[in-house]
Amino acid sequence: MQLEGNAWKFGDNIDTDVIIPARYLNTSDPAELAKHCMEDADPAFADQVQPGDIIVGGNNFGCGSSREHAPLAIKGAGVSCVIARTFARIFYRNAFNIGLPILECPAAVEGIRPGDRVAVDAAVGTIRNLTTGAAFEAKPIPPFMQEIIAAGGLIEHVRRKFAK
Amino acid sequence: MGMTITEKILARAAGRGRVAPGELISARVDAVLGNDITAPLAIREFEKIGVERVFDPDRVYLVPDHFTPNKDIKSAEQAKEMREFARRQGLTHYFEVGRMGIEHCLLPEQGLVGPGDVVIGADSHTCTYGALGAFATGVGSTDLAAAMALGETWFKVPESVKFVYEGELPEWVGGKDLILHTIGDIGVEGALYQAMEFTGPAIAHLSMDGRFTMANMAIEAGAKNGIIAPDLRTLEYVHGRTRRPFALFASDPDAAYARTVTYDVSKLEPQVAFPHSPDNTRPVTEAGRVDIDQVVIGSCTNGRMDDLRLAARVLERRQVHPHVRLIVFPGTQEIYRQALEEGLLSIFVQAGAAVSTPTCGPCLGGHMGVLARGERAVATTNRNFVGRMGHPESEVYLTNPAVAAASAVLGRIAHPGEVV
Repeated sequence: MQLEGNAWKFGDNIDTDVIIPARYLNTSDPAELAKHCMEDADPAFADQVQPGDIIVGGNNFGCGSSREHAPLAIKGAGVSCVIARTFARIFYRNAFNIGLPILECPAAVEGIRPGDRVAVDAAVGTIRNLTTGAAFEAKPIPPFMQEIIAAGGLIEHVRRKFAK
Repeated sequence: MGMTITEKILARAAGRGRVAPGELISARVDAVLGNDITAPLAIREFEKIGVERVFDPDRVYLVPDHFTPNKDIKSAEQAKEMREFARRQGLTHYFEVGRMGIEHCLLPEQGLVGPGDVVIGADSHTCTYGALGAFATGVGSTDLAAAMALGETWFKVPESVKFVYEGELPEWVGGKDLILHTIGDIGVEGALYQAMEFTGPAIAHLSMDGRFTMANMAIEAGAKNGIIAPDLRTLEYVHGRTRRPFALFASDPDAAYARTVTYDVSKLEPQVAFPHSPDNTRPVTEAGRVDIDQVVIGSCTNGRMDDLRLAARVLERRQVHPHVRLIVFPGTQEIYRQALEEGLLSIFVQAGAAVSTPTCGPCLGGHMGVLARGERAVATTNRNFVGRMGHPESEVYLTNPAVAAASAVLGRIAHPGEVV
């Protein structure tokens, strides 16, 4: 899975209320949610983000609520991948389940500046900063979670289980 | 090598003799939970799987509590989608407005969770049930959908961190202060991917309500679950309530922990978490002068009987400060009724508070208490992130119910001793 876009950088503990405030949770339409994605952290984000762009966060990205609306809003905004030092565990699970590639890579977080052009191979976990030429290796994704991705998300994985 | 209580519960649910931290396991679930924000998404995903029925209509719990009574047309549509699914599937435990409660107050109260259970809920504060000695954790809607179909889910077995609370709790200090102090110490990612196990003499003396408060906020330290081994107090609570057979587990003396953290609580003060993070805590006497506009007493963290009694003790024969709006929302209809019978609601209303039907609304800036730009609130809720209770330039300070009530009277963050 080859992904490429410009980097948007955020700090530590980017919580689900910042990713998509609860005041917009009277819908679960990704396109509607995308209009308010990251609104309380950077009001310009939703207007300026381009398809393929990559979010780079610090520690504990996605902490807080279990709302799947958070990764849905990010995916709906056209973001192709999130790279962070660490993810909050519910967000991590939700992202895989809905097919939003995410990678844990502290070195890449250090080595990417806002606006840098970044290319990611999500399957093998390689991250390249095309602006600086630096390359990084993300932590490998557990084989079980690779199966979920290969099936096209958790629901397809479960559907196949029932079909057997 | 022994096992922790978390490992024992997961091993049993996985049908295995033992499990070790880091292992990926498939485990049956005793119950799954959704609310009016997370269930509609889960229902749509469930319907893509292609199965007709949920795995067990007695074990899928749906509670419309976030935007109910409905705040607008869109939220009414979401609640309707959930209601119709509950009827179509013949779910036993769907709770309608007027007969419901905030999910994490309601399920234990109704005996729908017991010791040794494995419960997942599409709400991050599902970890509350760890207070009963259950393994309970929050998931998203897609995980909920899969579990509604399969009756099982996968887990990575977490490492456990042991928290030992030594000493006797001082007056006005309770479960909320223990957990805020702990999160202040270890940080909001201090237990990331881990189980927080709460033990020690101060926990043994803590009421069930205080224990629910502690387990509730384990997620605010990034933990997968918070857990307290069942004791006589737990058994008293579940006796006559819990409908299914349950199993009692405790950690072995030689169980392995990632680390052990010990606190002496005998000199602990009531804590305040300053904006914008639950780990930005300090003792209330070091809060300085913080004038406030609103006080919220309630939520799945502190909306139980102990909390309302504590708040009433501070508010009795007193008035809410003229510049402050106090909102009190009991956790369930049963708590509402009991507070009515004990005369607590009368104390709140006479003090000048608005008393609300159970709802998650104010806690997440949904409805019933949204803050304007620049406003400050003291709340007994669990999160004070940017924009949590309304405008991104508003502020939320997290406290226990006694501090919240005292602050409502004085119009600034206050120690209950200043009022009583």
